[in-house]
Amino acid sequence: MPLVLNEEQEMLKHAAAGFLAEKAPVSALRKLRDDRDADGFSRPLWQEMAEMGWAGIAIPEAYGGLEYGYVGLGLILEEMGRHLSISPLQSSVMVGASLINIGGTEDHKQSLLPAVAAGKLLLTLALQEGLHHAPEKTALKATADGDNFILTGKKVMVMDAHVADKIIVAARTNGEAGDAWGISLFLLDAKARGVSCERVIMVDSRNSGNVLLDNVVASKTDLIGELNGGMAILEQGLNIANACLSAELLGLSLQAYETTIEYLKQRKQFGVLIGSFQALQHRAADMFAELELCKSMVLATLKAIDQGDEDVSLMAAGTKAKLCEVAERVTNEAVQMHGGIGMTDEFDMGFYIKRARVAQQTFGGYSYQLDRFASLNGF
Amino acid sequence: MSDLEQFRADTRTWLEENCPETMRQPLMDESDMVGGGRKPTFKHPDQKLWMDRMAARGWTVPAWPKQYGGGGLDKHEVKILSEEMWRLQCRLPLQGMGISMLGPALLEYGSEAQKQQHLPKIAKGDIWWCQGYSEPGAGSDLASLQTKAEEKDDHFLVNGSKVWTSGADKADWIFCLVRTDNSGTKHHGISFLLFDMASPGVTVKPILLISGRSPFCETFFDDVEVPKENLMGEQDKGWAIAKYLLTHEREMISGFGRGANKKLCESAVEAIGLENGRLADPILRADIAKLELNTLAFAKTMERIGDETKSGKGLGAASSIFKYYGTELNITRCELMINVQGEQAMGWEGDAYTDGHFARTWLRSKGNSIEGGTSEVQLNIIAKRVLGL
Repeated sequence: MPLVLNEEQEMLKHAAAGFLAEKAPVSALRKLRDDRDADGFSRPLWQEMAEMGWAGIAIPEAYGGLEYGYVGLGLILEEMGRHLSISPLQSSVMVGASLINIGGTEDHKQSLLPAVAAGKLLLTLALQEGLHHAPEKTALKATADGDNFILTGKKVMVMDAHVADKIIVAARTNGEAGDAWGISLFLLDAKARGVSCERVIMVDSRNSGNVLLDNVVASKTDLIGELNGGMAILEQGLNIANACLSAELLGLSLQAYETTIEYLKQRKQFGVLIGSFQALQHRAADMFAELELCKSMVLATLKAIDQGDEDVSLMAAGTKAKLCEVAERVTNEAVQMHGGIGMTDEFDMGFYIKRARVAQQTFGGYSYQLDRFASLNGF
Repeated sequence: MSDLEQFRADTRTWLEENCPETMRQPLMDESDMVGGGRKPTFKHPDQKLWMDRMAARGWTVPAWPKQYGGGGLDKHEVKILSEEMWRLQCRLPLQGMGISMLGPALLEYGSEAQKQQHLPKIAKGDIWWCQGYSEPGAGSDLASLQTKAEEKDDHFLVNGSKVWTSGADKADWIFCLVRTDNSGTKHHGISFLLFDMASPGVTVKPILLISGRSPFCETFFDDVEVPKENLMGEQDKGWAIAKYLLTHEREMISGFGRGANKKLCESAVEAIGLENGRLADPILRADIAKLELNTLAFAKTMERIGDETKSGKGLGAASSIFKYYGTELNITRCELMINVQGEQAMGWEGDAYTDGHFARTWLRSKGNSIEGGTSEVQLNIIAKRVLGL
């Protein structure tokens, strides 16, 4: 398959760009932050996105989605990255619906996916326990109790935890922290007895809360996938999540970069445009080349996911590592090349560097992904 | 089966039957490449066999029209042929400036007589071409070139010198940028001449490089008479052809970025070993991981931009991006390679294992970011033409 967008995909990208520029620009993010919005996102706007099909874009038609694949979801996230648009698209669709679609039973899919696609139900994944992303180190225990399981422990960095309706919890049902085998995924109701969520507002003004489980009862039907076999589902779901987050990082990097190039053409010092200085030109040109590499990796990985290629894990790890590296560099340079104004809250660039660092870390940052890329290459 | 599928199947069968086993081995160095010419050298008889077989089908230059000795394949067929050759690890049957540089320029700018005179000989490997571009005073600033061509009755009288002429000591003909007018801007008054290196007044002196090899020469012209019909394109307007060719050259050099047949990480595992599944040197492992990732991303970018160009989109100054990134990648790869191979890699003569292979390859790579326009010039081009700075 050629490594280009088809006409339909180009149209989707264009439409998303237009919609987000009007309805969810950076000023909307600023307002949500300044108003200390209780949800942290706009529910009416989310409904509009759902009506356009975005919430179901990667969900099969049989479950109320558009079955447009992850190239489609990536395109929307790239545009959301450009505008720093806030919505539960990452938590509920990119991660939640993907995990259900990969590992859920027919009942799970029928009862959950149409509601997610309609924007009526919000899902999220509770995975991380320590400072870093390390799924195999899952220690939170789910203890068998007859036909049920009892879950107790704490999860951190759960995207949109305080607004989620259902939470997919990774818990240890066998083995020890560090073992890939022995992790199981449970679908819990956010309002179930013993579940409590604390909202944490991140530097990027998004929600990433703590989930506390105190003797929460889950039944066998709440298992997503095989008992002890959660890691295989997680791996697939996290490949998707990292590829999609890479698309978002690409969008925000491109926007930060283009804004900076425009600034180099406007700002004068010493009587000339600062863009005439070769010290800045060469850094700008080098970043241009790096961003071209990023575009190729993001598209190639999203296509690999949709085609079910064998090398999806390697591609996803490499892509996320590459985007972490370049997004960090581009946002740093964007602040530096803007000079003092880049440091002010009034100017938007701060929002870009903030979102970049959170998205970089989510589900594994540069060192985690590069290490994984090396291992998957056999060294 | 579609026509293209049929073509792929036929191509695969033909390659399997006709590409000698020895021609499916990785190249060890530049001396394994076949360049043809009036006095060709073949390290192995299979090299000639393979070149002749491919030339008979026009597949040394698959995209050229059949009437000029090419294969007459469309872009889809060319891609399939290259994929099938890659799959079998077939070496390129014939390489050089004639195929990659002059041929495309002749097809674009040459007269019918010039095409008929030169293209079939390039396709068959009969003539080895070299490129007369850089001069002692015109490197990165190529348009400042001063080699003079005075217009006489039926010929141009050429005087001056060129430097960094690849393979001039082996070449049969040269395509050469000369100055026919000095009155206007430096980009005006440049003309594009083709002439025989056996012409009286041409002398060549190889340049010994830090790698201990001499792939480049100084070339001197002392009252060389070049027939007027050997002017390609319009007189004084050769800069357009020069720029066109520089684009081709950058794309060719950027091919280094794709990496060798064997990945560096594989050599590293052999040389250093694994501990708990990881390369035993953790710092080198991180550097190699970054290199392999960038190599993959670069290959995907060549693929993407190639596909975009086919669908009519393309990217401005793509060749500069490829040239810059590809050569910098190769330089990093060579620097890591000598770390992977350890101190033995610095051996120069004697030991069969080293015999200077690693050291010479490493040293040669330093020229990648200089030849064909330095990395800094490529960054200038991107800043100016793409970013509008």
